[in-house]
Amino acid sequence: MHTAILFVELGGVVLALGVLGAFALRVGISPIPLYLIAGLAFGTGGILPLATSEDFISVGAELGVILLLLTLGLEYNADELVTSLRDNARGGLVDLVLNAAPGAVCALLLGWGPVAAIAMAGVTYATSSGITAKVLSDLGWIGNRETPVVLSLLVFEDLTMALYLPILTAVLAGLGFLSGAVTVAIALATVSLVLLVALRYGRVIEAFVRSPNSEVLLLKVVGLALLVAGLAQKLQVSAAVGAFLVGIALSGELAEDARALLAPIRDLFAAVFFVFFGLQTDPAAIWPVAGLAALLAVVSMITKLATGAYAARRAGIAREGRVRAGIALIPRGEFNIVIAGLAVAAGAHPDLGPLAAAYVLILAAFGPLAARLVQPLIAAVARRA
Amino acid sequence: MEVEQTALPGIGLRHEFVTQAGRRIGVVSHRTGRRDLIVYDRLDPDRACEAIKLNDEESDALAELLGAPRIVQRLNALHREVEGLVSEQLPIVPGTPYAGRPMGDARVRTRTGTSIVAVVRAGQVIASPGPEFVLAVGDVVVVVGSSEGTEAVAEIMANG
Repeated sequence: MHTAILFVELGGVVLALGVLGAFALRVGISPIPLYLIAGLAFGTGGILPLATSEDFISVGAELGVILLLLTLGLEYNADELVTSLRDNARGGLVDLVLNAAPGAVCALLLGWGPVAAIAMAGVTYATSSGITAKVLSDLGWIGNRETPVVLSLLVFEDLTMALYLPILTAVLAGLGFLSGAVTVAIALATVSLVLLVALRYGRVIEAFVRSPNSEVLLLKVVGLALLVAGLAQKLQVSAAVGAFLVGIALSGELAEDARALLAPIRDLFAAVFFVFFGLQTDPAAIWPVAGLAALLAVVSMITKLATGAYAARRAGIAREGRVRAGIALIPRGEFNIVIAGLAVAAGAHPDLGPLAAAYVLILAAFGPLAARLVQPLIAAVARRA
Repeated sequence: MEVEQTALPGIGLRHEFVTQAGRRIGVVSHRTGRRDLIVYDRLDPDRACEAIKLNDEESDALAELLGAPRIVQRLNALHREVEGLVSEQLPIVPGTPYAGRPMGDARVRTRTGTSIVAVVRAGQVIASPGPEFVLAVGDVVVVVGSSEGTEAVAEIMANG
């Protein structure tokens, strides 16, 4: 009987997500804000609260994070990461400082304390590589000359996340300075080790994983990612980072094949992940922080525009391209919710979850829309000039 | 001319250059094998105003169309480097006695000691054509030999 209800509930949720996804596709927006809203509706205090499937969904959400990060890692190879780090360090640092500041300052002004400030810094910092990549390809911006600037900022952010998430995990666990420092040192060592192994011995790992049979390949890649993610979690390095590093270690045609195989499973569990975050958030708690979230969204939109303009200018891009680079960086999505999710799970301030949810809702919806509208605007300005 | 190469992390590579007339064009090579031919906006030089998706076959066809005359030019340059060896491109014009006849009829090698190394037809290079190859008006015959030899071939092609 229990299983029957579980299936009915899960089926209902996933089907609802499918319908929402179809709507998002038709309107031309990212489905992420809709998934979050669905989560709000199904959660406590929502219009259609779930009774039994929350446990299952919570495990599904964890899987979603791991698969999201694994496929993100598969997109890059170690060479690209190292080159990107070397050539774009300055732009990347400007990005980090400008965009971590709004969240951190906001948390401090609200008196949430330094731990929440570190979490909120991450919430406002990271651009959603998933949404931005989709915007770039949907709008035909991949050939644009400012696009490499945007992409390398995204790479830089993703790498920063590999260092930030372990730090956040340590801080949230309330570890003392010494044990915190040890955790961070372990994280740094792990990340550098994996990069080194991927650069030097990537072939060996690939030889082990490679298989002409797609079923075997899928099982090996997912198994390896889960195993490393679990070990990373054990070392307090964060499971997500473990999965990301596995993705980076695999490259070339193999990574291409694995990504294609993983895409459908990732899409399923990533949707579950966004729903789960919505589930944990009481819709009633969103309204009081909605104004604040909107303000934070506006401020961090401006800081991302400034970041894009700065980095594009350094790359010798003209004025229009600088605006596009900034606009492309606006969407927030998966990472921000991952970070807020970690903070909520560790018992951060009760308003942090709702604030992050509202913030991501706004920017995940508005970012792609702004990108769509900016080109006609640029053209109109050019005509008038 | 300088071709600029930029890495597109997660996507592939982009090559671009500015033509003599001031237009910027580029090619995005996706890791999946897809190619995008990019034409940049005249007024907004960083914007791709046209991005034409090409699959493997289409990119090959385009490369061949654009590259064929270049191959002949390179061949010429190569032969210019070898002293005493000249290569010449001789167009088959209307009124040529050998238009519509197999190339062997001209007995070029026996009469001049010069070789026909290629024929360019409709942008395509036909390398080392045999004596049975039928010449047509509009073909360009590429010959390699001494300068007297190639001149003699030009004379044969024009007047038989």
